[in-house]
Amino acid sequence: MSNEATLNDHTTDTNHSEHSDVHHQQQSFVSKYIFSQDHKTIGKQFLITGIVWAIIGGLFSVLFRLQLGFPEQTFPILETFLGRWAKGGVIQPEFYYALVTIHGTVLVFFVLTAGLSGTFANLLIPLQIGARDMASPFLNMLSYWFFFLASVIMLSSLFVHTGPASGGWTIYPPLSALGQSGDGLKIGMDLWLISMAMFIVSSLLGGLNYIATILNMRTKGMSMTRLPLPMWAILFTSILGVLSFPVLLSGAILLLFDRNLGTSFYLSDIVIAGEILPNEGGSAILFQHLFWFLGHPEVYIILLPAMGMVSEILSVNSKKPIFGYMAMIGSMFAICSLGFLVWAHHMFVTGLNPFLGSVFVLLTLLIAVPSAIKVFNWLTTLWRGSIRFTPAMIFAIGFVSLFISGGLTGLFLGNSTIDIYLHDTKFVVAHFHIVMGVASMFGMFAGIYHWFPKMFGRYLNNTLGYIHFWGTIICAYLIFWPMHYEGLAGVPRRYLDLRGWHSFNQFEDLNKLISIVTIIVFAIQLMFVFNFFYSIFKGRKVRVQNPWGSNTLEWTTPINPGHGNWPGEIPEVHRWPYDYGKGGRSFIPQTEPFGADESKDH
Amino acid sequence: MVIVSAQQKQKIRPQIFILWVAIASIIMMFAGLTSAYIVKSNQAGWQNLAMPQLFLISTIAIIGSSVTLQLAVSSFKKKAVAKFQQLLGITVLLGILFVVLQCFGFKQLWESGIQLKGVAGAGQFLYVIFGLHGLHVIGGIVALFVMLLKAFFGKSKIATNTPIEVMATYWHFVDFLWVYILLFFIWIQ
Repeated sequence: MSNEATLNDHTTDTNHSEHSDVHHQQQSFVSKYIFSQDHKTIGKQFLITGIVWAIIGGLFSVLFRLQLGFPEQTFPILETFLGRWAKGGVIQPEFYYALVTIHGTVLVFFVLTAGLSGTFANLLIPLQIGARDMASPFLNMLSYWFFFLASVIMLSSLFVHTGPASGGWTIYPPLSALGQSGDGLKIGMDLWLISMAMFIVSSLLGGLNYIATILNMRTKGMSMTRLPLPMWAILFTSILGVLSFPVLLSGAILLLFDRNLGTSFYLSDIVIAGEILPNEGGSAILFQHLFWFLGHPEVYIILLPAMGMVSEILSVNSKKPIFGYMAMIGSMFAICSLGFLVWAHHMFVTGLNPFLGSVFVLLTLLIAVPSAIKVFNWLTTLWRGSIRFTPAMIFAIGFVSLFISGGLTGLFLGNSTIDIYLHDTKFVVAHFHIVMGVASMFGMFAGIYHWFPKMFGRYLNNTLGYIHFWGTIICAYLIFWPMHYEGLAGVPRRYLDLRGWHSFNQFEDLNKLISIVTIIVFAIQLMFVFNFFYSIFKGRKVRVQNPWGSNTLEWTTPINPGHGNWPGEIPEVHRWPYDYGKGGRSFIPQTEPFGADESKDH
Repeated sequence: MVIVSAQQKQKIRPQIFILWVAIASIIMMFAGLTSAYIVKSNQAGWQNLAMPQLFLISTIAIIGSSVTLQLAVSSFKKKAVAKFQQLLGITVLLGILFVVLQCFGFKQLWESGIQLKGVAGAGQFLYVIFGLHGLHVIGGIVALFVMLLKAFFGKSKIATNTPIEVMATYWHFVDFLWVYILLFFIWIQ
């Protein structure tokens, strides 16, 4: 297999006008848009599938917020659409639990893992390191199609007679191991597990490729310390994924055995509906260890790519070098390694040995150090920059804001003593939604607004972008800020009706407010989705090669790059990616050699 | 098809590197399972088991297949085509023999009363861990078989060593993995 031959395939197409993608080689529709091996197309496939899932997951949150905000009211329209799940216009308990379970699963795995790192790893890795494609484009294609298969299975579980999985997104046994314990734990739970197994295969195939590509296929001159920060972030993300997802797979396989073959990995001494089960010697806590060994790194799998992209976008739009490039890499490395050693902080109240707990407290609180380093570096990058407030930039700044306010509450929860009180309250819900959910969504939005011109050769509408940002950040804080107070007052999560507690009646109006704001913010996201799809076809066309004045290699490709990315030779890299505002020039691309009178240091 | 940047000097071929990362990933999966085993073996109600002798025989089969595959690699590098085809064929047969022996081992164990239902114990883990290892071996056999077909009927001569080296690395890994889990089950009771 000659490298030159494949190279020449792509150099024939030198006329990269705006329509070059139309007559780029003679590919059939299927090999160009469906079973494509082009990393850019695969990235778009991940993004669009992720958007579809985000709409479903978001809609589910609107439905269960209706129940939480207006538990005494009936909504006949719900019965029209959902039938017996909303008998008499009231969301049924089984359906409520299915909604929260699928909302969590879909948002954590399908949107913020596949939709976020799947999209931007695929799109950016070859473009930013200077490669024609991934190390193995075929595995890359398989990665998407396994994700698609997982999506189809998960989607089909919504339509089975007994309903989708409803044991919570953490699927703790014994509840999830026993089909007898509820309708949503019958076939729906099996489909959930099979879907997740497919999803794990997908993210492993993707992760292998991302690591191999970043480490082995950089262009000439692109040393590791000249890599843009999104590349470092994706590298650490992939390492986390490759080492922690298999453990979840182990846990899920054992759970499938317990469910269907009568083993006792997680089950012991159970009486259900008057029947004594023969299972003995199992340990439900074992599952929690296996689950959270993935579950905690998963938080950083979600967050790190957002951090990397935010670093890049802040630097480009402040026209200043990123502050503390090496410190950024070091802190990501610290977050990545510590991320493996903190899983038991999700399990402080499981009867964990308090001494062991204190070790996990220490390691957990240590993560505050690299996190703080990153925050200070972002703020000092902004400091005295000539900031250009593009939609991508304000989303990146919004990310920093959310990461700070969500991160601070992590210090409360990381303490085992305080966690005993706050465990499973709305405080936890507020904490992880702000720091991981909304913050990463903001990172993702920032990435979409910033790289949309590279993906589709058109811009997203700016006005809608600003409305999207302000609407979303105000609503996000309106929803999750008050939840901290509810949690401190002891309001538990996962409960569908709190009217039984007189002490929680004081939150009645607050819950109504949160629910109304949820509906508003969902509508704002639909507006973004409209902007996204409208702009693909009708958006303002990109006329210049490098619209943001950015140094990185993706902006040296044609406006609509074909498969192979660069029509001629792959450019050589001569400098790090953050030479902004150096020597009176607003930006100096990585491809530009050092001038004779230019200082070598950054 | 792999598109490689022509300018770059490569220390390690990406395909082999991908395999090493994949191996790390598979190790994590089995590490998860074996550590679960250790945690549970300390709990009350744990049932031990006597390892059937068949599993020792299958060990010989898989180690033998590793040896023949390594010989196949060196004859491939010496361009001794006939010998390469022969050794590759023997490797496939030994691989299949291993899987068959495993099945008989499972059968023997099952008939001796160690089954999946009921009380927790080493047996339940054995079926899962050996079974998952078996799946990895079967995946390897499929790849070996495809390689064998190409060696006999392939139109173009295979030019690079990469595919056979990737194959051999994976096969030695599942061999090593088998020895690890077998010793694990014998020692940790």
